[in-house]
Amino acid sequence: MRVMAQMAMVMNLDKCIGCHTCSVTCKQAWSNCSGVEYVWFNNVETRPGQGYPRAYEDQERWRGGWELNRRGRLRLKGGGRLRKLFTIFSNPKLPSIDDYYEPWTYDYDTLTTAPLQEHTPVAQPRSLISGQPTKITWSANWDDNLGGAPDHLHRDPMIKGIEDKVRLEFEKTFMFYLPRICEHCLNPSCAASCPSGAIYKRSEDGIVLVDQDKCRGWRMCVSGCPYKKVYFNHRTGKAEKCTFCFPRVEVGIPTVCAETCVGRLRYIGLVLYDADRVLAAASTPDDKDLYEAQREVFLDPNDPAVVAEAERVGIPRDWIEAAQRSPVYALINKYRVALPLHPEYRTMPMVWYIPPLSPVVDIVRDTGHDAEDHGNLFAAVDALRIPVEYLANLFTAGDPAPVDAVLRKLAAMRSYLRDINLGREPRESIPESVGMTGEQVYDMYRLLALAKYDERYVIPPAHAEQAHGLEELATECSLDYEGGPGMGGSGPFGESSGGASPIAVENFRMLRDRQTSDTYAAPVDKGSRVNLLNWDGKGTPDGLFPPKEES
Amino acid sequence: MSAEPVSTTGVEVGALGTLLWVAVPYAAIATFVVGHVWRYRYDKFGWTTRSSQLYENRLLRLGSPLFHFGILLVAVGHVGGLLIPRNWTETLGVSDHLYHAVAVSLGVLAGVCTLAGAAILIYRRRTVGPVFSATTRNDKVMYVLLIATILLGLGTTVLGNLTDSPHDYRQTVSPWFRSIFTLHPDPALMVVAPLGFRLHALAAWSLFAFWPFSRLVHVFSLPIGYLTRPYIVYRTRDTAPGTRTPHRGWERTP
Repeated sequence: MRVMAQMAMVMNLDKCIGCHTCSVTCKQAWSNCSGVEYVWFNNVETRPGQGYPRAYEDQERWRGGWELNRRGRLRLKGGGRLRKLFTIFSNPKLPSIDDYYEPWTYDYDTLTTAPLQEHTPVAQPRSLISGQPTKITWSANWDDNLGGAPDHLHRDPMIKGIEDKVRLEFEKTFMFYLPRICEHCLNPSCAASCPSGAIYKRSEDGIVLVDQDKCRGWRMCVSGCPYKKVYFNHRTGKAEKCTFCFPRVEVGIPTVCAETCVGRLRYIGLVLYDADRVLAAASTPDDKDLYEAQREVFLDPNDPAVVAEAERVGIPRDWIEAAQRSPVYALINKYRVALPLHPEYRTMPMVWYIPPLSPVVDIVRDTGHDAEDHGNLFAAVDALRIPVEYLANLFTAGDPAPVDAVLRKLAAMRSYLRDINLGREPRESIPESVGMTGEQVYDMYRLLALAKYDERYVIPPAHAEQAHGLEELATECSLDYEGGPGMGGSGPFGESSGGASPIAVENFRMLRDRQTSDTYAAPVDKGSRVNLLNWDGKGTPDGLFPPKEES
Repeated sequence: MSAEPVSTTGVEVGALGTLLWVAVPYAAIATFVVGHVWRYRYDKFGWTTRSSQLYENRLLRLGSPLFHFGILLVAVGHVGGLLIPRNWTETLGVSDHLYHAVAVSLGVLAGVCTLAGAAILIYRRRTVGPVFSATTRNDKVMYVLLIATILLGLGTTVLGNLTDSPHDYRQTVSPWFRSIFTLHPDPALMVVAPLGFRLHALAAWSLFAFWPFSRLVHVFSLPIGYLTRPYIVYRTRDTAPGTRTPHRGWERTP
């Protein structure tokens, strides 16, 4: 047994209203600079739908993740080490910018500088890639709320095999939102694909990061990740990915996406796992057993043997206690309502999802039946095969049984709690029918519906002996950085070359640069242009207000 | 082809000869080495291929492998022609004729691949809008030097062999090149070499001097280590405070 700690997340899809707040705040925090305009570390997809980038789940096309070879051993689906080196000059499986979308801005300037005319001036879209006028045809959430679904839906790789049923019942269709970040996998295929060894998994908390000083821009990670959550910054020539907001998590506060989630549907906590069992679990022969196999890799943090072993390998006491209180462990292994996204990629993803019961509830309600009654809901879960099969394609490699079980638990919770809320005698038969006790169902309800900030986010801070480093600037000589090498926006060898600057300084500079200089495609009159999207209300940038009258 | 060693006795080298065939090579080598060390120490973040595949793939898919594999073959050819002395191959029983045939055929093949690939890539760089706007001045200088060197080299190989008595560079250029590294530079060997070789060598030295400051540094990150390292890399969180080592006198007290 080799105990390791992993920072993990669970999202409760029933609560996601698809508001994209997580995407926007994440983008503002991490990917708002040039070169990554098309990049969303966090994105929210409407399912059924193609997702972002388009049809990324079609691994026969993209060859991401792992597969078993004929001898049952794990290998990269995109090919081994030699193949990677031979295709290094032109990556054959790199999504093009069209598979994401061509980022754009609008020529807002026209709105204020156009001469008096009969028709209202229009801010035309301009491509942020070429700087030319463009026609917007796609974006990261173009098919939001099933927009254009009749035309696009058949391209959703997860609908393969059930497309007839989905199309037949389109009027009675279902829909839900799927927010996605990097999965911070236990067996990351991006890291395994990186020729430079720049992507690493932090041994303390399992966060998967790109060392940008070691990255040489070979782009194999982009192809290797089956979730397409590693991106290529086309200005700096380096890979970028979700960082699990490590500077925040290290001081004990949740990621930006979780912090700003309106529906409070994200849970963050530690899980302890046995690193020695990861390879065997990832090599499970049958795709449909991978969910169970991954669940069994996790160690019970309340088991004295596990605690003793964790202490022996130097996991701090407060981390073990945090693992015991972890909402993520509870949802995955205690209540067993959270499922991994695409376990069949064999990367052992660590962002799990509670599948939504709402498509089922909605349909029951629309038929005029009582959508809170467990009998009706159980029957509906059994009868409504389409949502269940679709969810199974996403979360259990197509095995409907675990999805069924989760949906029944959620349905049972609804009915059981309604009795309590209405002051009726709670019926213990309801939890029993899903193999739980009334108390367990109530605890699960508390965690899913009522949990406060400190119950949803159980994040032990990185250790005090390292606190100095986390402060970054507190007692360092901050003058080292201002005007020093690497402080200019663009070094002698192109975009952002030069030494590394601390993240806080980088943010400060980035904000300053954005407020003063960032415009699309470097227009000649950029001195007088203002990017209103980036203006934070402070100061008076040139050109925002008419010049003061000479008095 | 004459098999007798070229005699350099009595060849007037002159100040210009010493400058071009002794000073320039050493200056270029020094810039190359020191420049790389400096670049690696101070600009790891800028050390990248700066791929433009995201913008355009159709032309790149053809041009980039053509160019890169071609130029790797060219590099191998240069090792064979410049670094391996003539008497080594003779000892191995390689006749002059055989050597010559292999060198010319491989050289032309590699050169044509490289040049065709480079032509596709340059055409792409100029005509595809996003790729062109991502081209820095530094890149343009690099392209001029690189293409000039390749053209001069290929021209020397092709044109030199069309004449009745092709010049045997293994009597002049190669010993001169080796003499630089044995620290006994013999500029006289280069003075008697044909103009094409001299221009090719000068273009190459200027390319080497510019190399560490251009995107060409990515040549030295050819990830051979990938073949042997474990798939998943684990790393502990940096225990050193901040993102750089503190200056002397500012270290943290325990």
